[in-house]
Amino acid sequence: MSSLETLVVLLIVGPILLSLAPIALGLRYDRVGWPVATITTAGLFAAALALASDVFGAEGTNREIARIHVLGNFDAPMGIELVADPLSTLIALLITGTAFAVLLHTRTNGPRGNTFYTAYLLLVGGLLGITLTGDVFNLFVFLEITSLATYALVASGDGPESAVAALKYLILGTVAASLYLMGVGLLFMGTGTLNMADLAATIPELEGQNVTLARAGLAFIVIGFAIKVAQWPLHSWQPDAYQHAPDGVTPVIAALVSTASAYALGRVLFGVYGPEFIASTPNASAVVVTIGCLSVVAGSTLAVIQRDVMRLLAYSSVSQFGLIVAAYGVLTEQALSGALIHLVGHGLTKAGLFVAVGWIAIAHGARTVDEYAGLAGRQPFVAGAVAVLLLSLVGIPPSVGFVGKWYIALGAVEAQAWPVAAVILFSTMLTLAYAARLLETMYVTPPLDSTVEPAHDTPAATDGGHSKSSIATRKSVPLGTLTVLVLAAVLAVALGFAGELFVDVLEPFLESVLEVSS
Amino acid sequence: MIELLASHYAYVLVFAVLGIGLYMTIASQNLVKKLIGVNLFQSAIFLFFVATAYVEDGRAPILKTGTDAPLASPLPQVIVLTAIVVGIALTAVGLALIVRIHSEYGTLREDTLREVRTDE
Repeated sequence: MSSLETLVVLLIVGPILLSLAPIALGLRYDRVGWPVATITTAGLFAAALALASDVFGAEGTNREIARIHVLGNFDAPMGIELVADPLSTLIALLITGTAFAVLLHTRTNGPRGNTFYTAYLLLVGGLLGITLTGDVFNLFVFLEITSLATYALVASGDGPESAVAALKYLILGTVAASLYLMGVGLLFMGTGTLNMADLAATIPELEGQNVTLARAGLAFIVIGFAIKVAQWPLHSWQPDAYQHAPDGVTPVIAALVSTASAYALGRVLFGVYGPEFIASTPNASAVVVTIGCLSVVAGSTLAVIQRDVMRLLAYSSVSQFGLIVAAYGVLTEQALSGALIHLVGHGLTKAGLFVAVGWIAIAHGARTVDEYAGLAGRQPFVAGAVAVLLLSLVGIPPSVGFVGKWYIALGAVEAQAWPVAAVILFSTMLTLAYAARLLETMYVTPPLDSTVEPAHDTPAATDGGHSKSSIATRKSVPLGTLTVLVLAAVLAVALGFAGELFVDVLEPFLESVLEVSS
Repeated sequence: MIELLASHYAYVLVFAVLGIGLYMTIASQNLVKKLIGVNLFQSAIFLFFVATAYVEDGRAPILKTGTDAPLASPLPQVIVLTAIVVGIALTAVGLALIVRIHSEYGTLREDTLREVRTDE
């Protein structure tokens, strides 16, 4: 077993074991959480980079270049595998990178308790588990680890509202995970295996009653993930959770948790079931496309009417993930690569946006769109980063948001899925509507009242207690926050030129799931 | 139809419990009862897994030499064991949140909670 295969397991075990360190060391030292979490996530990021350079550099088919760790030396399909193939390595890079960057932001702004960093590391471990596992039941366990950490993080916000938001999330999230487990059960009844690679080989050969079982499993799995990814009308937990989580935590939750679930949905749809099976199942593709398209339209529309910036961005996530799910349903290579590019691009963009919005809320107490008046004059760097990220969200070239949408649109046209192409155009206009409103407020509208004393260092009340515009004074942006924002903005633009690179990197995976069928 | 129900009574039971759990989660106004509903929903799925592992005349999956009677599949049972542990953790977190909500708002009913929150 080479050392790189050990890295795969360390990526999951590392954060979960080290999540105990902040509590244990906290008995003796104060504020030990941040250094522990930072060192851990930096190490994880380095490990993911090492893995990526190896996996992306290798030649061959998906299975050949994947780094597979067989847990406990029990060979698949009896044992459990951890698989780092081009797709999962890409998502692992996104997760570790974002987790590390957001920690730079929480250094000065975020929650500081040691227990917070315990939950944070647990969350990162769970997310990496979702990404790297090669076993559908293990995926359930890691989904639940991630969810538990997320509930705890959401509930750690100030004020009782966050507890209500967390409970709502807990009930819906548990039902979602249980539905997924039900789907796994049906799939297991039909095939007798839980290993993803083994399932992918078994499912096309199913006959008679077993096909029905696998199809029923597919239905349960899709609905379960539709809740986890926050698809309309099952999204109702998500805006509350994003809004009431502590401002330092929202970036991680918003950028990573739904992204990991959307990745897992793609993994199960394409890595387990395969496009051929979905295409042969009556209406399956149509249902997935419909769920996605409805979410795009409903999410964008709801975002346009929001006054609270965090809720606006939360509803925008509903619509962006709708686009990804719709692209999954289209079942062409272009659309699938578009969905995966959009997944990574959207994760980066939302992480940056929520860092900016969180910092503005902490430093200025500004939470509604109107309170952003005059931001650009006072905080040119923050406003600039927000502007770039918003334009990437709309899909203005050259930005990563454009590349993702472009590929999805190409795929939709190729498959003659005209509703999807129309919805992309429509949602772009609606996205422009809410992005432009925020941009206009920041850059054009003068500050409402420059005499109001800004809230110093106290987190603003969640009920929007500082209702008058507080962005009247210039405050220096903490170095960590600034770094994260500039990085996110630069990456959002730089990756806009890297569409080909994405497709090259993902090619072995795309081939393994699509070439077989065509 | 009757025959199918008689031979698959375990699945009928499982889906009845599943429906009751989901209905409780949605319809009950009491937060604790909602959580009990979620638990029922989960338990039904655990029972479903156990039911799939049933083999007619099967015995416990312990290897012994000299017998070739069919074995019950051990995998679903191991899966259920793991899922139960996850379920307990979720219930604990949920109850902790309910305790916090009760101490902040002084109510366990969702409709009252909604009124209290809109008043603020």
